[in-house]
Amino acid sequence: MTIEPRTLETRAETDLAEAYYRDRDALPGGAAVAEIRKSAFDAFRKSGLPHRRVEEWKYSDLRARLKSVPAFAARRSDDEAKAAVAALDDVYGAADRYRLVIVDGHFHAGLSDVAALAAAGASVRPLAEALVEQGESLMQLPEIAAGDAATGLNAVFCADGLVLSLAEGASLDKPVEIVHALSAAAASTSERVIVTAAKGAKAIVLETFVGGAEGSFSNTLTDIRAGDEAEVTVARLQAEAAGTTHIGTAVVTLGAETKVKLIGAGIGSGFARHQSFIAFTGEGSRADLLGITMVRAGQHVDQTLVVDHAVPHCDSRELFKTVVGEGAKGIFQGKIIVRPHAQKTDGQMMTQSLLLSDDAEMSLKPELEIFADDVQCAHGATSGQIDEDLLFYLRSRGIPEAEARTLLVLAFLSEAVEEIGEEIVVEAFEERIRAWLDAGA
Amino acid sequence: MPAVQETIDRVRSIDVDQYKYGFITDIESDKAPKGLNEDIIRFISAKKEEPEWMLEWRLEAYRRWLTMTEPTWARVEYPKIDFNDIYYYSAPKSAPGPKSLDEVDPELLATYEKLGIPLREQEILAGVEPKNRVAVDAVFDSVSVVTTFKEELKKAGVIFCSISEALREHPELVKKYLGSVVPVTDNFYATLNSAVFTDGSFVYVPEGVRCPMELSTYFRINEKNTGQFERTLIIAEKGAYVSYLEGCTAPQRDENQLHAAVVELIALDDAEIKYSTVQNWFPGDKEGKGGIYNFVTKRGDCRGKNSKISWTQVETGSAITWKYPSCILRGDNSRGEFYSIAVSNGYQQIDSGTKMIHLGKNTSSRIISKGISAGKSQNTYRGLVSAHRKASNARNFTQCDSLLIGQDCGAHTVPYIESKNATAVFEHEATTSKISDDQMFYCQQRGLSDEEAVALIVNGFVKDVIQQLPMEFAVEAQKLISISLEGSVG
Repeated sequence: MTIEPRTLETRAETDLAEAYYRDRDALPGGAAVAEIRKSAFDAFRKSGLPHRRVEEWKYSDLRARLKSVPAFAARRSDDEAKAAVAALDDVYGAADRYRLVIVDGHFHAGLSDVAALAAAGASVRPLAEALVEQGESLMQLPEIAAGDAATGLNAVFCADGLVLSLAEGASLDKPVEIVHALSAAAASTSERVIVTAAKGAKAIVLETFVGGAEGSFSNTLTDIRAGDEAEVTVARLQAEAAGTTHIGTAVVTLGAETKVKLIGAGIGSGFARHQSFIAFTGEGSRADLLGITMVRAGQHVDQTLVVDHAVPHCDSRELFKTVVGEGAKGIFQGKIIVRPHAQKTDGQMMTQSLLLSDDAEMSLKPELEIFADDVQCAHGATSGQIDEDLLFYLRSRGIPEAEARTLLVLAFLSEAVEEIGEEIVVEAFEERIRAWLDAGA
Repeated sequence: MPAVQETIDRVRSIDVDQYKYGFITDIESDKAPKGLNEDIIRFISAKKEEPEWMLEWRLEAYRRWLTMTEPTWARVEYPKIDFNDIYYYSAPKSAPGPKSLDEVDPELLATYEKLGIPLREQEILAGVEPKNRVAVDAVFDSVSVVTTFKEELKKAGVIFCSISEALREHPELVKKYLGSVVPVTDNFYATLNSAVFTDGSFVYVPEGVRCPMELSTYFRINEKNTGQFERTLIIAEKGAYVSYLEGCTAPQRDENQLHAAVVELIALDDAEIKYSTVQNWFPGDKEGKGGIYNFVTKRGDCRGKNSKISWTQVETGSAITWKYPSCILRGDNSRGEFYSIAVSNGYQQIDSGTKMIHLGKNTSSRIISKGISAGKSQNTYRGLVSAHRKASNARNFTQCDSLLIGQDCGAHTVPYIESKNATAVFEHEATTSKISDDQMFYCQQRGLSDEEAVALIVNGFVKDVIQQLPMEFAVEAQKLISISLEGSVG
């Protein structure tokens, strides 16, 4: 049927509209930023929350998911924020790193290693402050990300976050962890993190998304602007509480001769959508994307990525592994675009999913959109369960069934884990994977 | 490879602007007034002497169609179609109900001769081994002109006739199956077709019968500004087998012509249907002017256990192709196959693919799609593989390869894979590349010209699919592909 039904505004849409009218004067930024927020809001009013008839959101119906939207969280005091973070898992534990703390969408400089980072060659500013001065350019996103419903909502509501800037040639001695913590009270958050790496800068950024409560709605955006010859690795781990709705968008813009590795792990949240938008703007660059997703018990997780090869001579590699347990639903949507004249593009995308239970579901949509002829592009997609023959082999050698299954899931994920390359990330992720498997055994 | 030289000769002699089948036959035709309304539908139904229920069926479809809007999700662009500026009925005016070929308008026969259809039975009998005989149901504009081999098929119990005839002579069969695979409400074009279809083929293969020959329909759009809305219905009873060939050519026209066909296949227990298409309608000229709009709904229903439906298509024509031959794998252990070659050149736009809906247990499907894009054309593969919750042990393998020739064309792959059963194993792979310089160099080094080299490499690229075509079509298909790619190199 092609009749477009007229849908009445949902409660959640009304909540968001009211939040905008209530908060708009308090949101940071000058007139230009206010204008960006307003036009994004107008777009939202026109189309509402994305739903299954919006192609990009076909499998993740946000309109149906969000029954209501709680008010956007106010800034906590440093003490409250400290207590909130302390109550949550410390993913990287004792590992040596710089730490930047965002609680309920607001950056807490007092809990963060701002001075130490400055000494190492990186400046950190709260977004609320930066928006007032440079607003407009900070809010701008590449074309492929700008039209998205979630980035639009983030533009409307982002009240804070941080800007991490690496000077030309700066090379950080330790990884920087950005903690996105949600306190235990249900609230909405909409922070934005901007990482700019000037020419030749090198950094490893670890983002962790933790906490939250039943009904929490977090719509975060991380905008990575990697300049010419920069090398940036970003590892994102989403382990929010089971009742949250999480949208985590990573936008990456690559200059010339740039290398970016974007690693994402999704374990938490009841309804999560991890979006990555990769835009090549200079020649000779390479982007590596890795995804490790594990869900069960009614969780819904969506990995959506768009890789835009707009210039010649760039490579991209995508490897996404999804393990779907009982009653859960996994989604992978990956699109490689090769624009006219983006010759010599090499794009390879692989997505594999393992279904552990009869009521697990997986939907895959790998897409190629190619307008240039001298390219090498390929994608592969598989979906299946644990191979009975492999299981039999292990059991015939005396390994109990549960242990054998765990081993096979580990083996399935190991291909992606091995590609991570950063020891600190590998250790943290492996621990999470183990814990996840133990919880299910 | 002797076919190569012949192909090149054909390529040389035929320019995009000199479309081989671009001739117009001047025969008086019997037309309904332009436009679409309930009266036109009544007119069509009356002309065809249809039973009352059929008219009701059509009118219901028409009323539903009025509430629908054209789908816009496909990656094709074209000016809006004015559905009231089309003739919905056009029949060649010849002696009513030709009893034999002698009564058929000689111009019409000449047309087919130019197309190379072996219409005259004696010609076929004289030239071809009985094993390779082909029964032809020729559709000229909207009316099936003559069905050959009917007698012999009758002996085997096979019914092969035009759908109008089937409506008159086997209404119970048509009533039982028509619209059971593609419901009246399925989609915009299928609903339109349900309201206005004028002719098409009907095949019924009774239980346990292996159809003694390949069946073939040759479609051809001739009269200016007529939509061609044919409806094909093929039923294979328990244990039956039938192979059906559909070939399409249309003369050159300036104005775009609409084609919205519906094909329904029904395979019951242990039955097998093989459906092959070669479509080389006018693709438009070098500036992208003219050409056929081809909006087709094709679907097969593997209704019975162990049934099998196989689609093979070679798409080289039409300005716009919007076509997704699909299989509903309802019966346990049923199997669906889709083999496709889609060649686009000039300003052609192809959005084609398949759907494999796994509903029964132990069902399997295989998709091999080869897209070749040249000139300024856009070629999209769009497909769905889905496993229902109860479809345990469903199995799919999909391979979509695209070849790009020239820097102004596009090749796109949009597969949807939906698994709701853990025991379902789905594999999908897709590649996009151009003809490598190494391959070209190798061929040139051995004395082949650019065009010969491309033809050779392309033929190698599509070999997996060509092998699935019945022999009668394989040679023609190879030539067509080369002709379609004319002018894309050098």
